[in-house]
Amino acid sequence: MGKVIIDGAIVDNQWQRLEGDTLEGELPTGNIIVPLAYWQANRDALLSRGDVAVWLAPGEEPKDLEDDLAALPLVAIHFPAFKDGRGYSYARELRTRYGFKGEVRATGDVLRDQLFYMTRCGFNAFEVREDRSIEEALEGLNDFSVTYQGDVNEPRPLYRRG
Amino acid sequence: MYVYQEYDQRLLEERVAQYRDQTRRFLANELSEDEFLALRLQNGLYIQRYAPMLRISVPYGLLASRQLRRLAHIVRTYDKGFCHVSTRQNIQLNWPSVEEVPDILAELADVQMHAIQTSGNCIRNITTDEFAGVNPKEIEDPRPWCEIIRQWSTFNPEFAYLPRKFKIAVNAVPDADPALIGVHDIGVQLVHGANGETGFQVWAGGGLGRTPMTGAIIGEFVPWQDLLAYLESILRVYNKYGNRDNKYKARIKILVKALGAEKYRELVEQEFAELKGGEMTLTAEEVARIKGCFTAPDYQSVDTAALDAKLVEDKAFSRWFHTNTRAHKQAGYRAVTLTLKRTGRVPGDISDEQLEAVADLADKYSFGELRNSHQQNMVLSDVAANDLYDLWKALDALGFATPNLGLLTDIVACPGGDLCALANAKSIPVAESIQRRFDDMDYVHDLGPLDLNISGCMNACGHHHIGHIGILGVDKKGKEFYQVTLGGRGDKLSRVGEKMGPSFESEEITDVVEKIIKFYVEKRLENEPFIDTYERIGMDPFKERIYG
Repeated sequence: MGKVIIDGAIVDNQWQRLEGDTLEGELPTGNIIVPLAYWQANRDALLSRGDVAVWLAPGEEPKDLEDDLAALPLVAIHFPAFKDGRGYSYARELRTRYGFKGEVRATGDVLRDQLFYMTRCGFNAFEVREDRSIEEALEGLNDFSVTYQGDVNEPRPLYRRG
Repeated sequence: MYVYQEYDQRLLEERVAQYRDQTRRFLANELSEDEFLALRLQNGLYIQRYAPMLRISVPYGLLASRQLRRLAHIVRTYDKGFCHVSTRQNIQLNWPSVEEVPDILAELADVQMHAIQTSGNCIRNITTDEFAGVNPKEIEDPRPWCEIIRQWSTFNPEFAYLPRKFKIAVNAVPDADPALIGVHDIGVQLVHGANGETGFQVWAGGGLGRTPMTGAIIGEFVPWQDLLAYLESILRVYNKYGNRDNKYKARIKILVKALGAEKYRELVEQEFAELKGGEMTLTAEEVARIKGCFTAPDYQSVDTAALDAKLVEDKAFSRWFHTNTRAHKQAGYRAVTLTLKRTGRVPGDISDEQLEAVADLADKYSFGELRNSHQQNMVLSDVAANDLYDLWKALDALGFATPNLGLLTDIVACPGGDLCALANAKSIPVAESIQRRFDDMDYVHDLGPLDLNISGCMNACGHHHIGHIGILGVDKKGKEFYQVTLGGRGDKLSRVGEKMGPSFESEEITDVVEKIIKFYVEKRLENEPFIDTYERIGMDPFKERIYG
């Protein structure tokens, strides 16, 4: 079982993310994160399982999941490449527009130098790319002590914090 | 200028530490080339043809003399003793080493400077009129709003990995576009509402580069309190829907054009409806705090009698005065442009010793501040009229008093193929060749206002699209060619020029410019500037003369 950063701590990864093409036949037992399309096609069956989460690829927005968010324990946002920054806006929308309180997890090309921004946009869980040290990545959460803008964790911009 | 608080300084220092560690990990092979590329670009570091290039941020072009002296020290210690003023009002070093960049950043941080977001697919340096704050035509000083936008955009967590680079400019002059807002990703025009309250007309989707176009008005009147919420709304729509598959179609201009301004506005309004009135709303206290950093210096009452006498008795001084200095908000003061365009000098280049000399002049004559202009010149913005003669003498000795501001030989040119890895062709030798051809200053003055811009490739760092005459370097089977555009503007309004026809070889281009100029002289009405003649008679007669 791999490791994941959740709420600033390294813990065992309890979730398995499944790619679209591995979803033939029987699903694995235990916590699984399925693609949006698979979720939409099998929504009722998956909802009754209770241990299923959904991941969004770039181009798939939180609004596509709007009606299901209350029932989901976790939404993962996948970064096929770290340079594709759509996921930052998705995380922010999940938190501020839809008030999603569950885990928002970054998966894929997730690296130390992006973690600080990701946290500010509402991610609280990070599956750091496997070939990189998760311990070192954790340090990325502390890159800055100063932020000008408000963010998901501190909605007030610096000029309103008093 | 903006006064750094403890937290602003701490942020810079944390940035230096972060970047130092990123560099260390890259050199230790813990970061791949591609991973480091995105990180170093967000810090203005390019790997160029012969060496890296480091672009140092100069927010809205404003510099203090102590910062100039530090730049002088840096270019002497870490570079070859000169730097370059860019068309985004920034400063570029052409020969630093990757290993030493963290040390350069630490030196910069000491004087409240940095290289944050000077490149990469993020929000770049905010630019404005180089005469901001002293321009008698502006409705309000735009610099506080630039600073407010700067802070919002600095390390904005949501917009660090946009589809493409993103440039914002602010203008406060009605009926003119000295900040080129029409050709920016976002242009912010200060306006006053019916009751005199400050607001902003917000443009989006302009840009130069491969597909040049002017932007569309997205926000007719955004109240000042909502400025950041509105900008954030525009950026969020772009971040979500901008093209990520093809970097040549990734700028916001392509998205605005594809959706149409109406649809883009609708999407922005949806976002804005959520943000409006929220925590992002600007407070009167914060705006007052920032404005308090841009108050007028301690102007004195100035007797201009001595100046008037000098203007009569010294013709060279008078020519410089009328060409390189301009009217000021404050009676008895002028804004002086230092032209970095003497023939034989790379446009925009300045040496360490010159930087120090200019810093001294800024201290002596202009309250210790100066500005970079997007035409690659520098400005001493607050010079008392009775100091102008002495200042002119000093600038003349430095080679910064060439009286060609806004004239044909005040050429804007990117570093081009001599230095830049992206370039298709050289720019600097073309600029020099044209300057040498037009070496008769009387003739250049007789021609009147004329913007000539040269870019070495379609990335358009030399802003060739908005030159009255634009020259673009293109590559044809490994040979350097130059395409000419006419009728671009970056003065009263921003407008993209029109291609004249097939491109020219490098040996021909200066002759072509001369033919264009001669044809203009034949056709012009009395006192008619080039651009007006062009607009009156159109492209066809020019085409016929050149290709016919």
